[in-house]
Amino acid sequence: MKYSKKVIEHFRKPHNQGEIKNPDSVAVVGNPVCGDIMRLYIKVGKNKKGEEIIKDIKFETLGCGAAIATSSMITDLAKGKTLEEAYKITTKNVNEELEWLPPVKQHCSNLAAEGLHEALKKYFEKKKEKPKKKKVCKSAKSKKMTKKKS
Amino acid sequence: MPKKIIYLDNAATTPVDKKVLQKMLPYFSEKFGNAMSLHTMGEEAGDAVEEARENIAKILNCDVQEIFFTSGATESNNTAIKGVVKRYIQEFKGEIPHIITSAFEHHSVLDVFKSLERDKKAEVSFVAPKADGVIDVDDLKKEIKNNTILISIMYVNNEIGTIQPIKEIGDLVKEVNKKQRKSPLIFHTDAVQALNYFTCDVEYLGVDLMSLSAHKIYGPKGIGVLYKRKNLNIPPLMNGGGQERNFRPGTHSVPQIVGFGEAIKLVKKRLEKGEDKKMKEKRDYLIEKILKEIPDVYLNGSREKRSPNNIHFRFDSVEGESLLMKLDMEGIEVGTGSACSSASLQASHVLLALGLKQEQTHGSLRITLGKDTCKKDLDYFFSKLKKIVTDLRKISGNVLDEFKNK
Repeated sequence: MKYSKKVIEHFRKPHNQGEIKNPDSVAVVGNPVCGDIMRLYIKVGKNKKGEEIIKDIKFETLGCGAAIATSSMITDLAKGKTLEEAYKITTKNVNEELEWLPPVKQHCSNLAAEGLHEALKKYFEKKKEKPKKKKVCKSAKSKKMTKKKS
Repeated sequence: MPKKIIYLDNAATTPVDKKVLQKMLPYFSEKFGNAMSLHTMGEEAGDAVEEARENIAKILNCDVQEIFFTSGATESNNTAIKGVVKRYIQEFKGEIPHIITSAFEHHSVLDVFKSLERDKKAEVSFVAPKADGVIDVDDLKKEIKNNTILISIMYVNNEIGTIQPIKEIGDLVKEVNKKQRKSPLIFHTDAVQALNYFTCDVEYLGVDLMSLSAHKIYGPKGIGVLYKRKNLNIPPLMNGGGQERNFRPGTHSVPQIVGFGEAIKLVKKRLEKGEDKKMKEKRDYLIEKILKEIPDVYLNGSREKRSPNNIHFRFDSVEGESLLMKLDMEGIEVGTGSACSSASLQASHVLLALGLKQEQTHGSLRITLGKDTCKKDLDYFFSKLKKIVTDLRKISGNVLDEFKNK
């Protein structure tokens, strides 16, 4: 089993490694039994067109060389992309960009794309909930108002 | 790139000693005869083979006729175990015997047992070691039945370096055989990791079959030995020419056999100089230092009943392969688990046999010293290890905590 130069590069000096304080979404994927676990943080911002983009992205990973390299690569691939574009990043993209992982290590690269998709899903869900909460708030306020009136 | 390589994976393999190599070289192109040929060149090769055999027999305290050259310990283990079972099935016309081994043997023993079980050629018991990585003789004793014909227990565990009570098991087997039995109980030991530091006197230990390999004792790869007690008749694994008294056909690999013979002579010399004691001091120095200065690290296997060359640690929140790769980048070569399974991604069966959970087996590191390892190398290794463990723990950001309450 031999890693490509690209994998070694990312393993040696991982990009965007660390924690984001007050992230817009965090996902944890993997499990302790298989030994590779990844935590991915994203911060969402807007581009000039007003579209939502991944403004910042960071990772923390416990795992093998491939797990760390794929974590690093996904942050490179996703950073600055619109959320829709980012959601389209696949395991295959990560694999290609890393000049292919050894066959026995392919499951690690699943982890990175899975982490990103999970973080985005969580973000979308949170957004969906927000307007609902606002409605609840409004009605609660109006109830309070009516109470006051009475 | 780092200039110096520090090799701390001597349980995986050792370099061929220069004296051994010098002894081997003439047998490639000059004295290249077939040891079975009757002419002068053949005789010369044959004599060299017999000289090597004598050197090995001296160390094992056995007759030269009890030493058989094989391609390595994997072949020796296969020949011994399958042979004992096959002979019983032949003798008792298809009846199936019971055989016992430990749960943390090398794969070349464990997988032979599993295949015999799968093929319904033997009923098999796997005895688990205690948490300190040592087999309890009483646990073995409990497994022995009337039709048990073989116990196979390794001398020193290849991963965690724990020493097994071979003499005590040998005594137990002798005791069992005093009683009337349908077929005698036979004792095999895979002594590959022991030959460098411990007595392999087969009379003292009471073993009937012993597997050895040259490349673990500064000899060449691809050559092994099976010691087989004289009165023990088992069929060969392969059929062919009449070499090794019909027990192991195939043209003698003369240079490698010569190399094994020379390497085993040098083992004795080193032990006479007290190499094992000096190595033990270095080993304990490094164990102390790691336990004292790196948090959340555990020594796998007994500290006392341990080979002088073996250090095996488990680190929390660090993955073994990452650790190995980072050390490699610094010019330090170590092992995680056993070298054979490093690429297989499977959790170590040895660590699982000690009762560790799957998730506890990933952050392991095997450091095995060699005859030329000096304290300075260990200090350099330690300084790099400490930094790398800190860095990797930073990268992992305590993600394991997410699973603590699950």
